[in-house]
Parts: sequence; C-alpha cells; structure tokens
Amino acid sequence: MTNVPAYDEEKLGEILSALPPAPEAWVKWAQEIPNTRRRLERIVERADADEDFRRRVIEDPETALEEFDVVAHAETVEILRRRLDADE
Amino acid sequence: MDMDAVQAMGMRVEPTDAQLVARCRTGDPEAWNQLVERFSRYVYAIAVQAFKLSEHDAEDVFQEVFTRAYEHLHKLRDDEAIRPWLAQLTRRLCIDRLRAGSAEQLEEEVEIPDVDDTIGRLDESLAVHEALANLPDNCKEILDRFFARDESYRTIGDALDLPSGTIASRISRCLTRLRGEMEGRNRGASPS
Repeated sequence: MTNVPAYDEEKLGEILSALPPAPEAWVKWAQEIPNTRRRLERIVERADADEDFRRRVIEDPETALEEFDVVAHAETVEILRRRLDADE
Repeated sequence: MDMDAVQAMGMRVEPTDAQLVARCRTGDPEAWNQLVERFSRYVYAIAVQAFKLSEHDAEDVFQEVFTRAYEHLHKLRDDEAIRPWLAQLTRRLCIDRLRAGSAEQLEEEVEIPDVDDTIGRLDESLAVHEALANLPDNCKEILDRFFARDESYRTIGDALDLPSGTIASRISRCLTRLRGEMEGRNRGASPS
C-alpha cells in the first residue's frame, strides 16, 4: 500500500481528481475477458473438430466471433488467430 | 471495530489487492470485475497522463494490459504486488507504442518521457481512492463525482436527487470522513 501523508481536505480533493474514470466501454470490455476467453475456446474446439469451420474462421474471424457472441475487436481477433496457429 | 459493526454503519471493507488477486486465480468472475474496476483508472491515467498517448493508442494499451494481466496473473510472485506489476506492464506497453509510432513516421529516435513523478502522483491518488472505497456509498459517490468526474453541483444534484444547496456541505463532511479514514490507515501502517 502506498503511504500518503496526512493531507488536509483540500489536498485530498485535489489528489482524488488525478484519477478520472477510464471510458466505460473499455472497462466493460476488460471485465468481459474471462467470458470472451471461454467463447474463444469453444471456437477453437469446434475448429479442431471441423476442418470446414476452421477454414471459415481463418478466412473471416470477425464473422466467426460474432456467431459466438464475441465483439470482434482487433485484440480479440489476434488472440483467436494465435490460438488457431498454436493448434496447427 | 468488527466487520458486522462496520457493515451496519453502511461502510464496506474492500478486499486487499492480494485477496482480490487470489480470488481471481480461482476463477471468481466477481473478483475479476473488481480488479478491473480498481485498476482501470490507474492504467488509463498512466497511458494518457504520463505518456500522453492518444485515446486510440491508450485504448489499445489498456486492452493489452488487462489481457496480459488475465493471462499471466498466475505468474505473479507476490499477490500484493499487483499494482507495481500493472504499472510496469503499462509503462512497457506505452513505450512500445511510442516507439512503434516513431518508426512509422521514420523518426530516428523517440523521446521517452520521464514519468516517475507522474506515476508517483497516480500511486498516491490510487491510495486515496482505495480509502474512499471504504466510506459509505453516499460519500463515495459524491466525492468521486465532484473531484474525479468533474461534475457540477447541478449534475450531482440531479443524479443523486439532492438540492444543489446541500452539495457543498456534503462534500465537506465526506472529505472530513475521508481524512479520518486516511489517518486511520496511516496509523495502521506505522510501526508500533
């Protein structure tokens, strides 16, 4: 824990203002990471079992992600590509 | 004061960083939500205040920090060290981002800003926000809205259904409570 000197009320207010909230959508995206990961695993499992599906995912990962209710953000697409590459 | 008494007063005792990390490792989704909530401002502020990244670059860094945190949380040797670990990770990714930007523009070498003072200030602010989290919800909300979200008395009054004329005195009372909370923490932290 960071030790903070005994500041008066005015200074405490000033210190609080140094940390405005991050954009809400970014926070929600980060909070969804565990769910997103579970859905990505399901895509990878299906791709392992179904060669046609794998080809479709590689050609158009965005659509595959949307089918599994995952927002196709660049970071997520990249993770999916890495997971599929790792399985090859 | 025992936990029941604290809760009966409408106050919450937030888990420590180490407790939160340990719960995340067990796959507790609520713990992960809380961890993101606790550190999202900090990561964001390092990117935009210390390194002055654009919103677009800051968003990429933000996402990468939390993605890596989720992937590598089990590698953390000391659960209490999550804050410096996230700070270091954010710092590294911001520097990578600045270097990649300068390479794209064919600049020779990017100047990496000295961010130690700014991060020190953000550490201090995070500690005060942690103390704030232990105050009753009404204090937490009004102080956060006024200072961190920079909302006007009018906006706060509308959101919390309070007469504008009472906001200043409530803020003042809540700041006094926050000061008390900080003093209690400092007493608890000092060697006996």
